[in-house]
Amino acid sequence: MFESRIASPFAGESDAIASLGPIGRAVLRCREADIGSISDKLGIALPRAACRSESNGPSSALWLGPDEWLLLHADLQDDWVSRLAAHLEGELCSLVDVSHRQVALAVQGARAAEILASGCALDLSPRAFPVGMCTRTMFARAEVVLWRTGSMSFHLDVWRSFARYVEALLREAESEN
Amino acid sequence: MLIIPCPYCGERPELEFSYGGQAHIDRPLAPSDLSDEEWNSYLYVRANPKGRHAERWRHIHGCARFFNAVRDTRTDHILATYKVGEPEPEIPA
Repeated sequence: MFESRIASPFAGESDAIASLGPIGRAVLRCREADIGSISDKLGIALPRAACRSESNGPSSALWLGPDEWLLLHADLQDDWVSRLAAHLEGELCSLVDVSHRQVALAVQGARAAEILASGCALDLSPRAFPVGMCTRTMFARAEVVLWRTGSMSFHLDVWRSFARYVEALLREAESEN
Repeated sequence: MLIIPCPYCGERPELEFSYGGQAHIDRPLAPSDLSDEEWNSYLYVRANPKGRHAERWRHIHGCARFFNAVRDTRTDHILATYKVGEPEPEIPA
């Protein structure tokens, strides 16, 4: 598999901040009227509510905008996006493979929200940012996709070239007590 | 930092947004029929009010959608935000 030859950009590994390895990613855009039929063909209900996600087995759909979703697949397979495209035959939509554009970190543990808050201006309390909520936002000067996967775990997707920058700031926050 | 209510995502910090100039400026349907003065006016002449100003904003680091906002240029208070295509809301003084 070619992806195993692509080096991780991250410098370190810890319990609180861990690389999530290669993940399949695609950006799907379609009109509101087509959400139902596209959801049926994908086998995952595209969330219509702002900043919400849906998961089905290894696949997840994250709302990024009213006509835009980030589709994730837990393990990267070369033909995942082409298989999705085959399912969507005949639908008017755009599907772009961005698997290698971004890399992902898990930020987890009792201090996860505190570590993220060092660079993110959003309210990350469970009431304001419940499990399943996802959004594009800023971490320091880098755009990221932040997704709360559990009460004390976050998935952070960042463009590959910003990965070291984001990781370094997170590790600095992790080291502060 | 300003908190700006995106019509799609709700209240978000200012740093997720970018400014897009005055709102409700329609591109002329037949630009070639316009005089130079009319075209100049469409391209370059903008209101510069001291007070309420309807303007375009984009939630570029969020849902990436354009929307309109009414902002008071004296206080920097955002008085209303609404989706593109909707009329400017009436706001009591």
